[in-house]
Amino acid sequence: MSEELVVRRISNGTVIDHIPSGRALKVLRILGITGEEGYMVSMVMNVYSKKLGKKDIVKVEGRELSSEEVNKIALVAPTATINIVRDYEVVEKRKVELPDRIEGILRCVNPKCVTNAPREAVHPSFRVISRKPLKLVCEYCGEYLTEEEVIAQLAGT
Amino acid sequence: MSFRGKDVLSILDFTRNDLERLFRIASSKFEGDELKGKVVALAFFEPSTRTRLSFETATLRLGGGYIGFDAIQGTSIAKGETFSDTIRMLDAYADVIVVRHGLEGAAKLAAELAKAPVINAGDGSKRHPTQAMIDLYTVWREKKGIDNLVYGVLGDLRYGRASSSFLRALNLYSPKKVYLIAPKSLRPKEELLDTLKIPWEFSNLEEVLPELDVLYVTRIQKERFPDPAEYERVKGSYRIDAALLKNAKEDMIILHPLPRVDEIALDVDSTPHALYFKQAAYGVPIRMALLREVVP
Repeated sequence: MSEELVVRRISNGTVIDHIPSGRALKVLRILGITGEEGYMVSMVMNVYSKKLGKKDIVKVEGRELSSEEVNKIALVAPTATINIVRDYEVVEKRKVELPDRIEGILRCVNPKCVTNAPREAVHPSFRVISRKPLKLVCEYCGEYLTEEEVIAQLAGT
Repeated sequence: MSFRGKDVLSILDFTRNDLERLFRIASSKFEGDELKGKVVALAFFEPSTRTRLSFETATLRLGGGYIGFDAIQGTSIAKGETFSDTIRMLDAYADVIVVRHGLEGAAKLAAELAKAPVINAGDGSKRHPTQAMIDLYTVWREKKGIDNLVYGVLGDLRYGRASSSFLRALNLYSPKKVYLIAPKSLRPKEELLDTLKIPWEFSNLEEVLPELDVLYVTRIQKERFPDPAEYERVKGSYRIDAALLKNAKEDMIILHPLPRVDEIALDVDSTPHALYFKQAAYGVPIRMALLREVVP
């Protein structure tokens, strides 16, 4: 069955396609979408994908994603594509690409890192040292942040 | 490359050539007034004996003055002032800021906030670049070079910033072999092992002692253990004494960043292997050379 038959087309908003299967809920959590905002949100999980085998799709009616949000999605769904839809037409297609540096989104897992000190004038920042599997290194203390830790933080688990 | 006005945060901020230029300056027994009219801020948020006193001595020997503190009692930090604000204040007073702090990355944060160059005098459990300079300088002087030697690095390789910095510093050279000798729970983290480009392997002391040219010993640092029970399990798990050293090469040298607790017995002090007090003495010329290079 085609995915279009599973989830109907949207008039305006964002379609996040090619999410690794099982991660759609995490993407919604990263975007801070709980369902209470009033957007119409549809989601399918584990649908057939030529590229990924199985994938998830999220459609958010009435909301266009900012670059910062796209970056966050890249951390848990590096294969995702972002389609901006206006009047039922895809007006912009963005491929999610993990930047070399992540600033301000994640916190360091090292409790002795200066970025975890309260009230200090510092924002955590990380360099991406491996994309597959995802591995980041804290630019302040040198501690690694693994894919599981990133997902756990961003999904608030 | 010139280090005038630059921050010194990690030993890897230096190339081999930079270090050897420092070593040549340090061994030239220079004294001078390069720091005349300059103020060095010594911001020691953690206790220190050698590092602080050698920076003080180096400053005085170069004709400079210093300000600072070595305990947060008696400062506004005790009233709740942030590290960032303290650094901003020192930046207004001094030409260079020397920082020692328990939090990892504190020196990098200080460098971002201050216009004056920042020298990391040890932060957290990974970086202590000026100690690594002293360690390498000691080997350079005493063994007439750093390459092609067999090193044993013994002790707390997980939480010890001196051993971490020393191992990173060896990346700049070509040691024949580096043996990492530590209780299993004190082996280096993946973060450090991934950066090592030198031939290394885990081993135990008795097995490799006869091969070693340099034995670098560190203390088990109770204050850096996240879990006190873990400290209790490993404390006293290694000890060097004169009897053990009978199996060592005659010219094998023992380094230790000090302070020691019980990992080196007092009877080692009188053997020709004991280089740790000389190593501590080298702290002054190395820090003189560094201040001379860095202070604008």
